[in-house]
Amino acid sequence: METSQAMNQALMKRKRNGQINIKSGNKIDSAVKWTIWVLTVLTVISFFFFDYTGLQLERAITETAHNLRVMFLEPGLSHFGWGEAFYQVGITLGLGVLATVFGAIIALFLSLMAAENLSKPWLSKTIRIIVAFIRAVPTVLWVLIFAIAAGLGSEAAVLGMLFHSVAYLVKAFSEAIEEVNPGIIEALRATGSSWWHIVVHGVLPSTFTYLLSWTFLRFEINFSVAVAMGAAAGAGGIGFELFMASGFYFDLREVGFITYAILIIAIVLEVISTRLKNRYFPSSVKA
Amino acid sequence: MNEKKIHKNKWQTTIFLLIIIFITYLSTAITDFNFIDSIATIPAAIGWMFTNLMVTQESMAKMPAIMEKLGETIFMSIAATTLAAVVSLFLALLGSKTTKVNNIFSMLARFIASFSRNIPVVAWSLILLISFGQNSVTGFLALFVATLGFLTRAFIESIDEANQSSVEALTATGATYFHIVSKAVIPQSLPQMLSWILFMIETNIRSATLVGILTGTGIGYMFDLYYKSMNYNVVALITFTIVIAVIVIELISNKIRKVIL
Amino acid sequence: MPLLKVEGLGKLYDGETKVLRDVNFEVEAGEFLSIIGPSGAGKSTLLRCINRMVEISEGKVIFDDLDVGEMRKKELRKLRTNIGMIFQHYNLVPRLTVIENVLHGRFGYKSTLQGVFARFTEEEKERAFFLLDKLGIAEHAYKRCDQLSGGQQQRVGICRALIQEPKLILCDEPIASLDPNSSKVIMDYLKQISTEMGITCLVNLHQVDVAKEYADRIIGLKKGEIVFDGPSKLLYEDQIENIYGIETRELITV
Repeated sequence: METSQAMNQALMKRKRNGQINIKSGNKIDSAVKWTIWVLTVLTVISFFFFDYTGLQLERAITETAHNLRVMFLEPGLSHFGWGEAFYQVGITLGLGVLATVFGAIIALFLSLMAAENLSKPWLSKTIRIIVAFIRAVPTVLWVLIFAIAAGLGSEAAVLGMLFHSVAYLVKAFSEAIEEVNPGIIEALRATGSSWWHIVVHGVLPSTFTYLLSWTFLRFEINFSVAVAMGAAAGAGGIGFELFMASGFYFDLREVGFITYAILIIAIVLEVISTRLKNRYFPSSVKA
Repeated sequence: MNEKKIHKNKWQTTIFLLIIIFITYLSTAITDFNFIDSIATIPAAIGWMFTNLMVTQESMAKMPAIMEKLGETIFMSIAATTLAAVVSLFLALLGSKTTKVNNIFSMLARFIASFSRNIPVVAWSLILLISFGQNSVTGFLALFVATLGFLTRAFIESIDEANQSSVEALTATGATYFHIVSKAVIPQSLPQMLSWILFMIETNIRSATLVGILTGTGIGYMFDLYYKSMNYNVVALITFTIVIAVIVIELISNKIRKVIL
Repeated sequence: MPLLKVEGLGKLYDGETKVLRDVNFEVEAGEFLSIIGPSGAGKSTLLRCINRMVEISEGKVIFDDLDVGEMRKKELRKLRTNIGMIFQHYNLVPRLTVIENVLHGRFGYKSTLQGVFARFTEEEKERAFFLLDKLGIAEHAYKRCDQLSGGQQQRVGICRALIQEPKLILCDEPIASLDPNSSKVIMDYLKQISTEMGITCLVNLHQVDVAKEYADRIIGLKKGEIVFDGPSKLLYEDQIENIYGIETRELITV
């Protein structure tokens, strides 16, 4: 009994004040703790760096509350009719579709080159670096940059959105392709199949639904990107109407109507993509 | 039987592809999109980029101002994400199956999350801009609201995924609700949640540029200013600083993720 | 006076599926009692009615002279501190250390703030080490729980129950996920706890032979009803066949 007590004493870790420690102090715990600390400190500091020009907090809050009430309780149209509203929503959806479809096609080819099990290391590495660079530039900057060369319009918007879609999908697609059972590829290689045979008969059939689901997820994102491009880069569509209603006409009812329209479509898209996710992705998905 | 199924699958794929082609065609029509034109644009645009988007000695002089605005944008994204995460944690605890207090609060939490998530960040910025004016607080609030919805959904998933059996065990020892949440639920889902927070910070820095253009704050406003005055050398410099900032933050968070997950 | 009295206990799920019907039995302090029966017989539900992890639909559960079904929130917490529970899948918090998991057993005695900030006294921590040593896993105290083997994790689970200083321990299939060697170790410890510390044990088991070897008394459960209640040595082949049904027995022997 005595000896086992002594043994226990030897096993106990103690804090500086002599209390018995119950944390193991491993790397994960301390990394989590440090991350939280750093983020907290940065958050506090950031409020000193903010630019508060022209801010009257109390008035702003009461006004916004009033505005939100008008928007969401009395939505209405005044500068255009229902038909026009549908047309503008259609334009936004159309921009999303084009960027997604073309993006998926380009991404498919690039991801075959980026997947480590199908490609050469140097090629896969190069594509990954380029993709990381493209992803780091905000979409709106791509659109604005293309707008200089192509002029404002759907071409610049689609091309700009395309860049980001391709970068996002290449990452997702190539990870999906890398999860293909190596046995399948090896078996096809053993029969003397060419690279294209392996891709068409081995890789694509087993990943097709997966790739389609990812594409749809991207479409969900591209819809809200298209709204943003309409508002910030003059790409037209419902986003542009939103920008005009709030920035030029100050028509809160119209802002409310447009917001509802966007909200309804976004929720429908979200419901569909959640279903796809639950059906085709067994574990949780990280974007 | 099997052959029939394959036939059916082939038919389905063909019909599916035809539908996609049709929708794409419809989209080109409604958006007035010219395929040939846009392909022709690409080489022109790339050529333009290489000749005009050059960082010159002159534009380097703007560096201090750019760094200040970039700092403001990064801080804005971090503050919005962190504070949204705190609120999201409470909403997620109310919303999750495992930890909900009652069904009404659970529904309410999920509703708030869905509402703030599905209204795009652009709409939030424009709505807030009307009363809050051109300053960081507008951008901060817009990012905050959009992040709130996204993180609440992600956190609910993380909590639901955590092992529920330990919740049962702690209940059986006579632990209270807050004991269970703080010692069984959060320790298990915290690394996953942190990973989502880091992801959201990366995303928000990119969104902050967009919000900045609309609300006239941060690096986005600066970009817009030089873009409109056609000073493309400074535009290039701003773009590069954003790219570097985003990549550095991505690298840091990947490193943290590797340790904690 | 018996420690635990179950009177006419019934449990309905969704208002129609009857999992338990008219269950009556008494348990004296210090007894080692095993409940056997095929899966789906209602063993787990019966155990969870005793500490009200599931609500009671009909009848009464009397623990230590108190009606469990009538208890308010505070009394229920007190009841649960007096009853330890051990689970088939150990139910530990995987990312925390062994010692932290053991100390979770003290939450019933803590206020919310004390628990949230992990204010445990030195005596409690030493007690935790003492118990871990008693179950032979003190050297793993600072490891994360998910790094231990199944048998070791179950021993952590036992420590968590013991540190509650319970009068009764409920064990829900404690060895169903373990290999034969670890199963024997766990059952030996449970037996030792009941004889040395005088803690009453109620153990759900799948395996008849294990129940016969360790338990003083066996209750056989079939489709939510008690079909056998008596000393282990009086449980004969024909009763076992009655509990598990002829077909299942054939399946097992073939």
